[in-house]
Amino acid sequence: MKNKKEVGMTLIVKTITRLTVGLILLYGIYIVLHGHVSPGGGFAGGVIIALSFIHLMLAFGKEAALKKLSQAASSILESLGALMFLSIALLGFLGGYFFFNFFLHKGTPFALFSAGIIPLCNIAISLKVGAGLFAIFAVLILFKSR
Amino acid sequence: MILPFFVIIPLGAAFLISLFGKKIKNFGDLLANLGTLSLLVFSLYSISKVFTNKILVYKVGGWMPPLGISMVLDGLSSFMLVTVNLVSFLVTIYSISYMEKYTDKYRFYTLFMLMLTGMNGIIITGDLFNLFVFLEIASIASYALVAFGTEAEELEASFKYAVMGSVASSFVLLGIALLYSYTSTLNMADISQVLSGRPAGMMVNFVAVLFLAGFGLKAALVPFHAWLPDAHPAAPAPISAMLSGVLIKVLGVYAIMRIFFNLIGINTVILAMLMFLGAVSMLMGVILALAQWDFKRLLAYHSISQIGYVILGIGLGTPLGILGGLFHLFNHSIFKSLLFLNSGAVDYSLGTRDLQKMGGLREKMPVTANTSLIASMSIAGIPPFNGFFSKLIIIFACIQANRFGYAFCAIAASILTLASFMKVQKYAFFGKLNPKWQNIKEVPWPMKLSMIALGVICVISALLIMPLFKPFLQSAANVLLLGNGYKDMVFGALK
Repeated sequence: MKNKKEVGMTLIVKTITRLTVGLILLYGIYIVLHGHVSPGGGFAGGVIIALSFIHLMLAFGKEAALKKLSQAASSILESLGALMFLSIALLGFLGGYFFFNFFLHKGTPFALFSAGIIPLCNIAISLKVGAGLFAIFAVLILFKSR
Repeated sequence: MILPFFVIIPLGAAFLISLFGKKIKNFGDLLANLGTLSLLVFSLYSISKVFTNKILVYKVGGWMPPLGISMVLDGLSSFMLVTVNLVSFLVTIYSISYMEKYTDKYRFYTLFMLMLTGMNGIIITGDLFNLFVFLEIASIASYALVAFGTEAEELEASFKYAVMGSVASSFVLLGIALLYSYTSTLNMADISQVLSGRPAGMMVNFVAVLFLAGFGLKAALVPFHAWLPDAHPAAPAPISAMLSGVLIKVLGVYAIMRIFFNLIGINTVILAMLMFLGAVSMLMGVILALAQWDFKRLLAYHSISQIGYVILGIGLGTPLGILGGLFHLFNHSIFKSLLFLNSGAVDYSLGTRDLQKMGGLREKMPVTANTSLIASMSIAGIPPFNGFFSKLIIIFACIQANRFGYAFCAIAASILTLASFMKVQKYAFFGKLNPKWQNIKEVPWPMKLSMIALGVICVISALLIMPLFKPFLQSAANVLLLGNGYKDMVFGALK
């Protein structure tokens, strides 16, 4: 252990990170999926998802986090999120209007699957925001190390 | 039905380019040019739509406007859409060759299309908060584009622009928040309806001042102009052309026109303020431009001066003044983008922007020299070109409204503009060829093509004031002359 170059923070931080990072990611996904019935939504959930990866990067160094989600992959995910949002909006033309909420059986209060396209939009936004925020953080880290 | 496509096409193109641009060669060139071409076709088609229907209102998502977001296409929107998409199409053709010298060309197209999304969105939207969102899309894309070269000069200019632009955006946001708390609605037509039912008070005046400062900074009117002479020269030439040609007009002038004339309702105090700011910008811009030796910096100062003409014309508030202001807006976007593309062509071949180092380029670069001569004569107001007619209308409108002082300012600024462009022509294109430039070549064909097209439009757009084409300008001016009647038009179209 000693002769290998130590990256990241101390053992305590790494252990705690290992325990919490999955919970943070799950919490982010929860916030995204329940965006239409509780406070939060695509943006907040996306930020929390990105924070779980940033948390990894802070504790284990940039290589560990970039192995999980590389910069190119995050940039592709970001574009995909935006395109997904746009195509959901375009699918609204099926009902005659841009952004038309074309699902039937919508509008039951407090039911998870009753909001039509809104959860799908939230997922798209969370992809865009999460990947974007992570990419920005990664770029800042990479430039700093130069 | 065509209204949302002004936002969908550039937005979709932007993210498709960012997704596939790196893998497939020339994908960015192709998709960006196709996108801007289709936008140009759509915007030309919108002219005929406006002629038959007067006003088109689109309900986004099928929600009724005071609650849902609406998109509105009227004469003014259609006029601005044609201006923006015409310039952006010719600029994308130009960037095919010009942007070769930068790395990551596809990122440039992504940002470019996002900026175009923002501008088209501002023009087409009928919702005040939506306008702010699109304003931020366009501004943030333009901050990134100014810094595209990532040299010290570009980064400094971009940082300055970003700080000042964010201050302006916060003014606009504060104004929108106050207006929302006062009227409880964000739909433009609905705000206008609520305001017309309330007595005039300090709140509306305060909001008007916030908007004037916020959008005035985006339009680079004189007390708020400090970012422009740094930001415009630092950007790549196609972006300078877009920033100077259309961005400051859409983000600044169009928003000022729409909000002050159609929303808040115009009064003599605001008109006097606009006229004064316009006249000051006109004179200050041109006087500062006279002493410049950097080609693009000189053009940037002239943008301030020419925006002053537009604001002066609109601030007169008379039918002739507004017509002249709008006509000058169109003309300026054509000849100023042409001049910036010329400066880019010189930079592309020579690698310098210093006028003192050039000389006699006419022999080596005939297309650039001739098109820049056309553009210089247009901006200086020499008779057969478009700039002459619009300046003449503005000066006539000043005299008609008994504003002789402003008419004199407009004439003086025009003479100083002529002097400044005679300097450009003498030092850059006429005279003896500097032996250092013995081996330079003319620029590649896409750059020539777009410069020639803009040069031809400089000549033929003088015809816009002829009776045959005048309805195009007149329908835009009518929207502003309608003032508060805008809300009745929108609600009438919804029924």
